[in-house]
Amino acid sequence: MSLKKSILDLRKRKERVQKGGGDKAIEKQVAMGKLTARERIQALCDKDSFTEYDLFVEHEARDFGMDKKELHGDGVIIGTGTIYGSPVCLFAQDFTVAGGSLGLMHARKITKIMDHALKMRVPLIGINDSGGARIQEGVNSLAGYGEIFYRNTLASGVIPQISVILGPCAGGAVYSPALTDFVFVVDNISKMFITGPSVIKTVLGEDISMEDLGGARVHAETTGNAHFFAKSEQECFDQIKKLITYIPWNNRQKARSFPPKPPKFKGKIEDLIPSDPRQPYDIRDVIKAVVDDSDFFEIQELWAPNIVIGFGRLNGETVGFVANQPLVLAGVLDVDSSDKAARFIRFCDAFNVPIVTLEDMPGYLPGVDQEHAGVIRHGAKILYAYSEATVPKITVILRKAYGGGYIAMNSRHLGADFMMAWPTAEIAVMGPEGAANIIFKKEIELAENPDEMRKKKVEEYKKKFANPYVAAAKGYIDAVIEPSETRKLLLHAIEVSANKGVTRPDKKHGIPPF
Amino acid sequence: MFNVMAKKFDGLIDFPILSMKYRTLVTKKFLNRKKYEVPNMKHVKSYIPGTVIKVMAKRGKKLKKGDTMLILEAMKMRNKIIMPFDGKIKVVHVKAGEMIPKDFLMVEIE
Repeated sequence: MSLKKSILDLRKRKERVQKGGGDKAIEKQVAMGKLTARERIQALCDKDSFTEYDLFVEHEARDFGMDKKELHGDGVIIGTGTIYGSPVCLFAQDFTVAGGSLGLMHARKITKIMDHALKMRVPLIGINDSGGARIQEGVNSLAGYGEIFYRNTLASGVIPQISVILGPCAGGAVYSPALTDFVFVVDNISKMFITGPSVIKTVLGEDISMEDLGGARVHAETTGNAHFFAKSEQECFDQIKKLITYIPWNNRQKARSFPPKPPKFKGKIEDLIPSDPRQPYDIRDVIKAVVDDSDFFEIQELWAPNIVIGFGRLNGETVGFVANQPLVLAGVLDVDSSDKAARFIRFCDAFNVPIVTLEDMPGYLPGVDQEHAGVIRHGAKILYAYSEATVPKITVILRKAYGGGYIAMNSRHLGADFMMAWPTAEIAVMGPEGAANIIFKKEIELAENPDEMRKKKVEEYKKKFANPYVAAAKGYIDAVIEPSETRKLLLHAIEVSANKGVTRPDKKHGIPPF
Repeated sequence: MFNVMAKKFDGLIDFPILSMKYRTLVTKKFLNRKKYEVPNMKHVKSYIPGTVIKVMAKRGKKLKKGDTMLILEAMKMRNKIIMPFDGKIKVVHVKAGEMIPKDFLMVEIE
């Protein structure tokens, strides 16, 4: 064959395989409101940056008539590309080819790109759209899943791993996303569950729709499995691209710096907050008042909204925010909010992102359901995560910091580097009413007018203890600051801690209360 | 956009934590949480959803602790549901072949 001819032959071969499952299957994919695997990669990567590997891989299955079946690319596309110039490794399951089912070679392609990502120390993005294990390939499919999980675990904390659920992701397949750092879901398209509605119906007699069992909203709101919820695939890709700008390529680097921008917020920060500690406000407004360009990128917005987590920039550098949200459940810590914050803190710590904690919370949520759901074990995760973290840790106490919550929210005692408090901070073992009722129990009981005495004693306690000065007198707080100084001091703290170094005892790994 | 003092939040409630009440919103999950009930030892409930295969307990029958009251098949296992203590059966709420959810009241003991 002449060179010219062989080039034409290559083009033909490529074109054939790139059609995936063929026109009919693509039509079906489109009818489901989904983009094809190839369109998804194009939408996500910088223009013309994607380079495909293993286009010509073929499956090896011989049983059940599989030897007569041609599955282009074995149902998955892998390769490398860039997002805003940052290199990424990615795979996208192609539902048009045998329903994106995972067989041996399909899994080999995925593990190949995972190994590549880990070797090159660049983020991995996996687009999931698959009917699950390829039954005809039996235990080889299971082996494939296991090898993916193993690599997810090895890569954890070394490179950022992102999972995008753009179709079904059921059974064993769900555990790869579950092991990764950020899971993206799209309304009406994403479906994740261990056992589907039909099995649940036959085995247990429970009737539930696929959407209610494991739709995007369920995972974004109820289970906490998803980190980002989008209404369309395009919105989802925009979210992924934005996330990539906030995180580093790997654990040996820092996230990219951007030109510093002042906040768009021009008012007085103290005006954002009611002085009565019982009145709510939206903590995200405070975050927006201090971050560059007032741009706050929230994570897990819909799940456990009593704590707010996300990325912002201070002087152009990425920081992770963890903030109590007085607007929801008074900002308490509970099972879900502890899980949410702890995992985020560990991500920030693994990837050299300083953590800013904004505190305003009355403590842990009381209740039988919380105690029985293991609020002790889950609540301990946040203590563990803060104590373990060696990145710069900064806390600003805005109003309430009571009891166990005060300790948990990155207190000096857990290793905070900078502890600042507004003059409105109340750092105490509990709220004034509760404390006065216990400390002055006798005086109140014996008084002629107990109600009046209680009021008097509560006031007395408030004056003496419901302030930041008792803690400041012990050095537990470094500085009591004016709210308007907050941004300036946060920038300063980030600047001072640029070369923070901490040595810890050698160990294989800790044992957090998973 | 940032004029928060004028911001009104819909659906605020008084939320008690210890002796303080906070104005705040509550989540769906919080509203749907299961209220705790003191367990009644005389009420035998299913601990797993499944299918009743066989019922040995009959109304008025006296059974000893450890006697099998019924067989509940769940997750391909046939589970013996046994008497928690010596007693007399007051009501049997299930029949053989019936599919029941979790926490379903199966038998009442006198």
